[in-house]
Amino acid sequence: MTRRRFLSLVPALVFGAIGVGLVAAPREEAPPTPDALLDRPLPEFSLPGLGADSPGLSSARLKGRVALLHVFASWCGTCRAEHPFLVRLAAETDTPIIGINWKDRAGAALLYLDRGGNPYDATGADPNGTLGARLGVTGVPETYVIDRDGRIRYRHIGPLDDRLWESVLAPLLNKLETGA
Amino acid sequence: MNIRTTLFRPLLWIVPLVWVLTVWPAAAVEPDEVLDDPVLEARARAISAELRCVVCRNQSIDDSNAPLARDLRILLRERLQAGDTDEEAIAYLVDRYGEYILLKPPFKTATLALWIGPALMLIGAIAGFAMLWRRRAAGPATPPAQTDPQGASPALTDADRALLDRILRQEEAK
Repeated sequence: MTRRRFLSLVPALVFGAIGVGLVAAPREEAPPTPDALLDRPLPEFSLPGLGADSPGLSSARLKGRVALLHVFASWCGTCRAEHPFLVRLAAETDTPIIGINWKDRAGAALLYLDRGGNPYDATGADPNGTLGARLGVTGVPETYVIDRDGRIRYRHIGPLDDRLWESVLAPLLNKLETGA
Repeated sequence: MNIRTTLFRPLLWIVPLVWVLTVWPAAAVEPDEVLDDPVLEARARAISAELRCVVCRNQSIDDSNAPLARDLRILLRERLQAGDTDEEAIAYLVDRYGEYILLKPPFKTATLALWIGPALMLIGAIAGFAMLWRRRAAGPATPPAQTDPQGASPALTDADRALLDRILRQEEAK
């Protein structure tokens, strides 16, 4: 092969290499990074409850026990699809599930829980997404595992299902609950 | 050319020019978000121009009117009011939304190719053109038939010529 021939192949080689690199490179997780606040304390918050007679929800109330923090909204189709799983989970597990109602109207959320069943041990209303913004929430549903010290130990963006529960969440909760 | 077109012709470029010079891209900041302290507000505006609205791919939170961009603008202003420095406020948001929120990626090993890649490509391209120009300056390339190492084989074989003749005759017959 002459030198000239070789040189004419250089652009093809360079762009070929770039192409291979782009295909082979590990894909970055969908933004935002799900481990953003991992092992950090849950931000302090105090939210009103859903409805006039509900007690409201503050970060202080969560301290001292392992809990699942679930961010949801009645307008969210994925939450709706995920809901039966949560209701079943609430019946089967002792871990409290705390609901954060994100960018929603209390009336719509109450109706949603009334019709679909209420899997939550406590709910807080975050109508303007203030707590959501401090957690880095960009959409619903999202689930956080909170340990006894109020630290975030796991974050899942998207709906929960049996596979994630069995492979990740159940072992982690078990570890956090039995560990000191 | 009639009088109408003569009159209106300048408008063809004056109108777009005036429009382009007077219309400024509007920021998405709503009046109720603006801080009372103009210095703090100016800092907030400067920082938010550098932060990506994480649900709209490539717009800053200063430009975007997505609800989430608004939440982030308010959160940023809260941090500044709480006494955060610019760096602290940015770090607070990066902690929550990841480095993806920075429109300008930080300079580190993982982003090295991103930062110096274009410069390397430019240098490569300039080097390529320089080589090409030098070869041009050295004189026109000799026709390929004469550079053939055997030196004897003609550019066209007899079979080629026969084919060519046939095609040309067909063309003439048309």
